[in-house]
Amino acid sequence: MTERAPVLSVRGLSVRFLMPGGRRVAAVSDAHFDVAPGECLALIGESGCGKSVLASALLGLLPGNARTAGAALLGDLDLLAADERTFARTVRGRLVGLVPQSPAAHLTPVRTIRSQLEETVAELTGVRGRAALRRAAEAAAERAAFPVDHLDHHPHELSGGLAQRAATAMALVGDAPLLLADEPTTGLDRDLVDRTVDELRRHVDNQAGDRSRALLMITHDLAAAERIADRIAVMYAGRIVELADAADFFGAPGPRHPYSRGLLDALPDRAFTPIPGLPPELGALPDGCAFAARCDRATDACAAPPPLTAAVACHHPHAALTEAADRA
Amino acid sequence: MLELRDVTAGYVRKAPVFRGVSLTVRPGQAVGLLGPSGCGKSTLARVAALLHHPDAGTLVVDGTPVRRWRHRAPRAQRTAFGVVFQQARLSADPRLTLTDLIAEPLRATGRREGVGGRVAELAATVGLTSDLLGRRPHEVSDGQLQRACLARALVLRPRWLVCDEMTAMLDASTTAALVRVVEDYRAETGAGLLAVGHDRVLLDRWCDRTVEWHTLTGTPTDTPIGTPTGP
Repeated sequence: MTERAPVLSVRGLSVRFLMPGGRRVAAVSDAHFDVAPGECLALIGESGCGKSVLASALLGLLPGNARTAGAALLGDLDLLAADERTFARTVRGRLVGLVPQSPAAHLTPVRTIRSQLEETVAELTGVRGRAALRRAAEAAAERAAFPVDHLDHHPHELSGGLAQRAATAMALVGDAPLLLADEPTTGLDRDLVDRTVDELRRHVDNQAGDRSRALLMITHDLAAAERIADRIAVMYAGRIVELADAADFFGAPGPRHPYSRGLLDALPDRAFTPIPGLPPELGALPDGCAFAARCDRATDACAAPPPLTAAVACHHPHAALTEAADRA
Repeated sequence: MLELRDVTAGYVRKAPVFRGVSLTVRPGQAVGLLGPSGCGKSTLARVAALLHHPDAGTLVVDGTPVRRWRHRAPRAQRTAFGVVFQQARLSADPRLTLTDLIAEPLRATGRREGVGGRVAELAATVGLTSDLLGRRPHEVSDGQLQRACLARALVLRPRWLVCDEMTAMLDASTTAALVRVVEDYRAETGAGLLAVGHDRVLLDRWCDRTVEWHTLTGTPTDTPIGTPTGP
């Protein structure tokens, strides 16, 4: 992508939940990926595959029974080793801006958008004084295309799209180098999805001074991912099973992992064929490849877990250029 | 036939969500209703499924005009409808196991005999495994819970299915799987479908006919004759 150092570098990130009775739930296993400045990486997968747990780990929002391993480097800071004080004072809003899944639930219901935005500005920037805060909050609203005349509304008075922009405005206040969007488009209609992701993309492309932002978007909406992502990471049963360039993934030669192929084939403008079966429980993962039970290419080799080699974790990946290989 | 004629409905008497909407679904037909969020399409679906009393207009189900809605509607009319909502979490009683959730319409209509067999059969149809059936909603994923809600909608073998944004919260594979279950059921029973959504690609692929909300609410003279609304 670019020679510059990545904004976020995730190395072997694993999250285990310790459950009553000594059970362990493997929510995320050995995730490796980088997000470069100016890049949008979309992490896709079905609900319950561990995507949101990964996001929570990056923000220090995991519950108390979670145990992490590996590293998630944001510059020199390892987010997995950071304590709550570090998260509260230097990470949240300042190094990582969160665009939440459900803005209506994320915003404080009993306060106006203006009051919440002014508080965010006061907390994250050096702006002081009532008039200055008011101006800065209005500037922040404009940056996220939130109409200034709606600032005195409460969250329940806003449409889904405007609530999303209010939440985005707050995520942008701290000029964080990494924007983390966790299912930012769930439940929005298609026009609003397109507008929301285009705006996110614009915030990545609009460099803030000399630093440019990176965007990690977690989504199950493949159309939204196709629209704005530079690269795609596919997660299945807590593992990243494929990392691919977005153009290759959605166009030719297409995804290499059979699960990724299945996801794309399920789209209504493609084959509209579901993947047979259900994903495995994260608390009772098979020893080998977690997708083998649903995979038409599975063989005895799939009894062992596949390593992530050449950006795909599968014993029988689709060739990068299937037709060329057939002809040879 | 499922006929909505000149329906006006809303939640505040003087400010209805929409006025004078007409829509017809023929038996065995799948009609997709497409519109942006907040336009009133879900309210129309609720009127069609006897779940919301309209302020004006008529609803005719299989030749019988509907006079009462919700729990006041006659049972034979109510049980002709299977409904699937967008938010499975909000439409499933959190105290019930998935088995009880699917069997609830049978119990509520006094058809206790054969509950076990019917639930097992439907669970297989929607792709739920037996270990999931003993769990409660908080112990399963959104996709698994929506599978159970679809099974619940089919358990009384309805002649009409109303799916209100059934797949908006689901991933591509679960969406395709649930649409296939609905279509298999319709092929087998000849049931009609009103599918409400905002995803044109999905509704065009799924339904025989896709209707845009704004063509229903515009006064007839404003709508150009011959506006294509599907095959």
